[in-house]
Amino acid sequence: MLIALLKRDLLLAFRSRGDLLNPLMFFMVVASLFPLAVSPDPALLGSIAAGVIWVGALLAALLSLDLMFKGDYEDGSLEQMLLMPQPAMLMVLVKVLVHWLVAGLPLAFIAPLLGLMLGLADGGFMPLILSLLLATPTLSLLGAIGAGLTVGLRKGGMLMPLLILPLYIPVLIFAASAVQAGVQGTSYLGHMAFLGAYLALTLVVAPLAAAAALRISLAR
Amino acid sequence: MSRQNFHNLDASPNANGQLPMLSARGLLCERDERVLFCQLDFDLFAGDIVRIAGPNGAGKSSLMRILLGLSAGFEGQLFWHGQPMAEQIHDFRSQLLYLGHQLGVKGSLSAEENLAWFCPNARPDEIYAALQKVGLKGYEDLLTHALSAGQQRRVALARLFLADKPLWILDEPFTAIDKEGVSELEQVVIKHAQGGGLVILTTHHDLRVPVKTLMLGGQESEMPLC
Repeated sequence: MLIALLKRDLLLAFRSRGDLLNPLMFFMVVASLFPLAVSPDPALLGSIAAGVIWVGALLAALLSLDLMFKGDYEDGSLEQMLLMPQPAMLMVLVKVLVHWLVAGLPLAFIAPLLGLMLGLADGGFMPLILSLLLATPTLSLLGAIGAGLTVGLRKGGMLMPLLILPLYIPVLIFAASAVQAGVQGTSYLGHMAFLGAYLALTLVVAPLAAAAALRISLAR
Repeated sequence: MSRQNFHNLDASPNANGQLPMLSARGLLCERDERVLFCQLDFDLFAGDIVRIAGPNGAGKSSLMRILLGLSAGFEGQLFWHGQPMAEQIHDFRSQLLYLGHQLGVKGSLSAEENLAWFCPNARPDEIYAALQKVGLKGYEDLLTHALSAGQQRRVALARLFLADKPLWILDEPFTAIDKEGVSELEQVVIKHAQGGGLVILTTHHDLRVPVKTLMLGGQESEMPLC
């Protein structure tokens, strides 16, 4: 059942490519507007590149969260999923995995290009890619809680960032400073360890919380 | 508290001496500070076709959601095969086929793909056979948003032929289905009940099927047609 769900969701994602490209486009547009607005000076851009790329990635992930459960809620498939004999948290994990594959992982592939464009120092590329790979799953997992809580609301779009941005802040701080550490040539392993620990924590807690949130949203 | 005149299904023991499959004791549903029904007791047995009836707003869908465990706004107890529902939830869900008001049919998937996810254990030839039974032969590979409302419902109804689940809970299954379709469906429902299944449904159609009626709200009407 879970594998069938995974196949179905990947197929659905493939059929609605336009919706999925939006966050990626947003990510690229944000990063490419900075040199125009701030200054084309490579030294200045290089010093803010880490922050710009990470803020862009975080907002892009936030943009795409709304899609995680909305369609299934509106057409009744979410009800069917919660009535499956399998625990709802496994269903949430599958949903999160699909969200990460289509909205999180591509960010990690595009980010080096944007780093190049913004003049990121050579030492920053490795921590940038590693931090995106390690932290975008956390963004999807935490986002599932917010998406689950707001799926039944018509104007959940405003509420969700308020709910989950505080949980995103540690990711942003440690990921951006990991890239900075790489740029300055110091060790960034400590930052990575924190991001990994945060991922482990959310991997355990978020599916449970999101499943409970979905039950509350459906028990109107 | 204006709707106190609830009426219950006759809880007399089954003639075959069977234990009830699904029972409720003292169900109370409150919505927006209005009691839809209270003190609702019933025992449903394998082989029953039970129609939940009542005027609009009487709580038919609310009762279904309570039975499914999707609703939090109720009091009372549910039993599955005589055991409290909370302990039997996995068993209950693995034996349940629920067809809701919203179908769960994805417009950007074809009929076959939709069924492949609903019934992952079904082989492709079984899915094709089921689609043929609901009159969708030749539409298997079409995206379902290109189908009519009735055809989309038929895609969902094809699940009745695929999944081998004893308990069917069907919310308005005949909506948008044509006359011949309805009478075929009635036969499917009768066959399922005769095979030892339990069917709980709501409908505004006049069923030509022997049903027990669970009346919510309204006046007394208990009509075990046979």
